[in-house]
Amino acid sequence: MKVLIPSALHSYSGGSVAEANGATLAAVLADLDRLYPGIRFRMIDEQNRVRRHIRIFINGEQVHDLTQPLIASDEVVIVQALSGG
Amino acid sequence: MTRSAARPAVRTQPQATAPRASRSQPARRVLLMVATRKGAWLYQSDASRKTWRADGPHFLGHVVSHLMLDPRDRRTLLAAAKTGHLGPTVFRSTDLGRTWKEAARPPAFAKAPAGEQGRAVDHTFWLAPSPASEPGVWYAGTSPQGLFRSEDGGATWAPFSTINDDPQYREWMGTAQDGTPDGPKLHSIIVDPRDPNHLYFGMSGGGVHETVDGGKTWRVMIKGMDVVEGFGFDPAKPTFHDPHCLRMCPSNPDRIYQQNHCGIYRLDRPSDTWVRIGKSMPKKVGDIGFPLVVHPRDDNTAWVFPMDGTAVWPRTSPEGRPAVYVTRNAGKTWQRLAAGLPEAQAWWTVKRQAMTADEADPVGLYFGTTSGELWMSRDEGRRWTCIAQHLPEIYAVEAAQLG
Repeated sequence: MKVLIPSALHSYSGGSVAEANGATLAAVLADLDRLYPGIRFRMIDEQNRVRRHIRIFINGEQVHDLTQPLIASDEVVIVQALSGG
Repeated sequence: MTRSAARPAVRTQPQATAPRASRSQPARRVLLMVATRKGAWLYQSDASRKTWRADGPHFLGHVVSHLMLDPRDRRTLLAAAKTGHLGPTVFRSTDLGRTWKEAARPPAFAKAPAGEQGRAVDHTFWLAPSPASEPGVWYAGTSPQGLFRSEDGGATWAPFSTINDDPQYREWMGTAQDGTPDGPKLHSIIVDPRDPNHLYFGMSGGGVHETVDGGKTWRVMIKGMDVVEGFGFDPAKPTFHDPHCLRMCPSNPDRIYQQNHCGIYRLDRPSDTWVRIGKSMPKKVGDIGFPLVVHPRDDNTAWVFPMDGTAVWPRTSPEGRPAVYVTRNAGKTWQRLAAGLPEAQAWWTVKRQAMTADEADPVGLYFGTTSGELWMSRDEGRRWTCIAQHLPEIYAVEAAQLG
């Protein structure tokens, strides 16, 4: 499925769109990490929590639960959300 | 992943007083590693340390807490980095910063058992190589407080010893609210050059700790250290102790100096009692600060950079007049070293990792300021010159001599 990657992670993905597969959000993130080693840990901490300034949307809805089931036509959007100077 | 962009050479201001001629150390180029809130820079000098060439930014926009050259090969660099958005990682270069590769497994706490709230590394704060007898071994201290080790030159990291999840240590570490403004830290990891199983570290907060069996067991080393007065804090409890910076003397590994939230100390092993040597600092300046630097060959000489720790803790240079202080007699007396530094209205200060020395003779001293200036002295602090201005807030400065 299509995954939109924020600019802070383009050094891993090489661009803003990636293709990754999986039946859940966790599986898709694992597939992304297989394709682009290291990318997952920059978004998800060692306790499997989405990091503070990362937001993940599926078909426009924000998702916090990595066990969220996905189908191939879903669109995953990863957003960097940061304030301050 | 990141390529550096070369910058023109910068010539520092001429010195009013020429440094003493080198006595025993052959003149060598110095590499300065400058870690900032918005990236990292490398500065390379000529053999006289008068001309500096800037190389950077590396990792522009990354919060870089520490940048260290492996003293065992003088070629490998490790950088502890994160960004505002992204989690922490470690980058590694084996060609002096021309190319970088990310650690395959950066420092991370163990996954907590189901139902328990586990900790996550916010940033790696301190990097420390083991002695030459353990090539490829590095230690890392993190925020919140965690101790990690790599045995492959920084490519993969694992929790070291049991302290990260030990209930007693977790109590001493406190919570994020007990720590420094950008998170409580494990720092000042010191490996005894005579015995790599003998280590010390400090925690802000959480005291000083020592192992002599490679991390199997640890002992608390806080005897003689003061705690903040007036709140009834028990000095016997590590949780109330806030060492800011520990340095072991290269010429005498039995001597350690410490800059603490509550003063400057010296420890001479086998004694386990710290002696507060900051009492002999001028009363008006006090003995509060963050960095401390030891002389590479003289264990009686150490430098500090005091800051204003009065009232609301402004954390500025006292009275806006920055100065380094040196002791040449292990803390009996201190002298002010401020020639060349601004004489008034300079409100910056120097963080705990942002002051260092090279190994030349006379010793070169370097510090980076919270206002993004890089200063150096070619004559052990007698005279200071500014190498660079307008950098982001400087978090760490390390110096290494190149061949």
